[in-house]
Amino acid sequence: MKGNNENKAGSAEEFSTVNSQLSIELNGIKKTYNKETVTAVKNISFSVNKGELFGLIGPDGAGKTTLFRILTTLLLADEGTAMVNGFDVVKDYKQIRNCVGYMPGKFSLYQDLTIEENLNFFATVFGTTIKQNYDLIKDIYVQIEPFKDRRAGKLSGGMKQKLALCCALIHKPDVLFLDEPTTGVDAVSRKEFWEMLKRLKAQGITILVSTPYMDEANLCDRIALIQKGEILSIDTPAKIIESFPQQLYALHSSKTYKLLQDVRNYGGTDSCFAFGDSLHATFKQGAEKEVVAYLQSKGNEDVEIKTITPSIEDCFIKLLKN
Amino acid sequence: MQAVITTDKLTKRFGDFVACNELSFEVGKGEIFGFLGANGAGKTTAMRMLCGLLKPSSGKASIAGFDVYTQTEKIKRSIGYMSQKFSLYDDLTVAENIRFYGGIYGMNTKEIKAKTIELLDELQLQNEAKTLVSDLPLGWKQKLSFSVSIVHNPEIVFLDEPTGGVDPVTRRQFWDLIYHAADKGVTIFVTTHYMDEAEYCNRVSIMVDGVIAALDSPANLKKQFNSESMEEVFYQLARKATRSDN
Repeated sequence: MKGNNENKAGSAEEFSTVNSQLSIELNGIKKTYNKETVTAVKNISFSVNKGELFGLIGPDGAGKTTLFRILTTLLLADEGTAMVNGFDVVKDYKQIRNCVGYMPGKFSLYQDLTIEENLNFFATVFGTTIKQNYDLIKDIYVQIEPFKDRRAGKLSGGMKQKLALCCALIHKPDVLFLDEPTTGVDAVSRKEFWEMLKRLKAQGITILVSTPYMDEANLCDRIALIQKGEILSIDTPAKIIESFPQQLYALHSSKTYKLLQDVRNYGGTDSCFAFGDSLHATFKQGAEKEVVAYLQSKGNEDVEIKTITPSIEDCFIKLLKN
Repeated sequence: MQAVITTDKLTKRFGDFVACNELSFEVGKGEIFGFLGANGAGKTTAMRMLCGLLKPSSGKASIAGFDVYTQTEKIKRSIGYMSQKFSLYDDLTVAENIRFYGGIYGMNTKEIKAKTIELLDELQLQNEAKTLVSDLPLGWKQKLSFSVSIVHNPEIVFLDEPTGGVDPVTRRQFWDLIYHAADKGVTIFVTTHYMDEAEYCNRVSIMVDGVIAALDSPANLKKQFNSESMEEVFYQLARKATRSDN
């Protein structure tokens, strides 16, 4: 099926010779809904290299799903162009559908088919068999294989997630699109899922994955932080952290909520947010020197302050405030 | 500590499967109590029993002084509930939603009117009273949903993964609301997958395979499990789960 592209439009070939390192490329993508009253994404441009694990990080309503649907040829953009694996998402949609795997955020397999039947169905649709590409899914499939006669509708969240990933992989796609695969999944299963992604990446598959969990950003090669249809920042996690513009401090005391209120009321505070058991704050030039004395005068006990390296979540908050 | 939730060997069986096995704990008035566990650990079953929606198989539990076997209607009047899937009506306005829930909980017109003004004020939604809920940004919906869940001044509010999907700033604003409510004496019973939010709780319980595997303040749990963060504590406990839904 993939052979079809040989006699296809020249534009795709030109593109792939010029940008042979790129797996996904978006140029000025805009999409509105509801007769242009709701803008989902505005003027989005970025690219993903071949073999890269790229994360779209942002909250609900940021436009992540819209981008996935445009790239998987399920939705037409109002403006802009996009290429996947050297194919144009509008002209070459059939080729794209053959060479990508897509795991939507909403469970979309057949509830009344069993695990094995679902997998067989997707293999057949793509003209392949489970056996032919078993190597690719083996690690994941063995975990659900004991239940292969159970209907998909009767599976738990974690098992559905693994089955959906198997179905998205069964035709050995070049590019894998995963829309919020870990939403609502507990911390242990999330960790395991990312280990599976690492193994898939090692096999050369390009992966575009979205998540609302900022801590997962560090597991990507590069990330785009996205909010309200716009990209706030795009780079490697390390570079985004490096570009945090100020010194960040962590403050801790026995009563976190009181401390939070007092730090926010301190005149020299630039920003302050709760972060787990401590607060993360930035201060106006030099104001950090006086803050502990101020907090003690307000009755906070055991106040500790130290400089820290920002996390991706700190960076995201900073970018939201700008 | 004045206990508003007390359970003693609370158990729920479905056939041979023990979803919750002898849960015994107390939650104090005005406490923020984090209820954590892996998917499939039994959290939802436990919550349903505590809300008077599911009859236990054995054991005892009292919620706001009412018995989970015999006084479930009284329990429902004394608690609020909010989940990530908001129970707001999209095609009603902000004010209409407040009026609707006030009515459901048996408040009279005068009380509802006063409460509406108070809530809109607190949420700074005065200008949005006549806006359809469907037109509100997600973060505002979430805050409104929380306020509506405590419209009848319940003693306890159950929050089931309330902060899924919102941006980090909105998530923290939501926790400000939680702290504010707890300050006023409302007991908060909350589940979350964000481990940093576990740190915001006064005490945290972690369920594994139907039992409470650990219960203490975040600081004590970290000490007990020799961990830097609640994430590590959770990981140590939950990865041993045999029945998690994987």
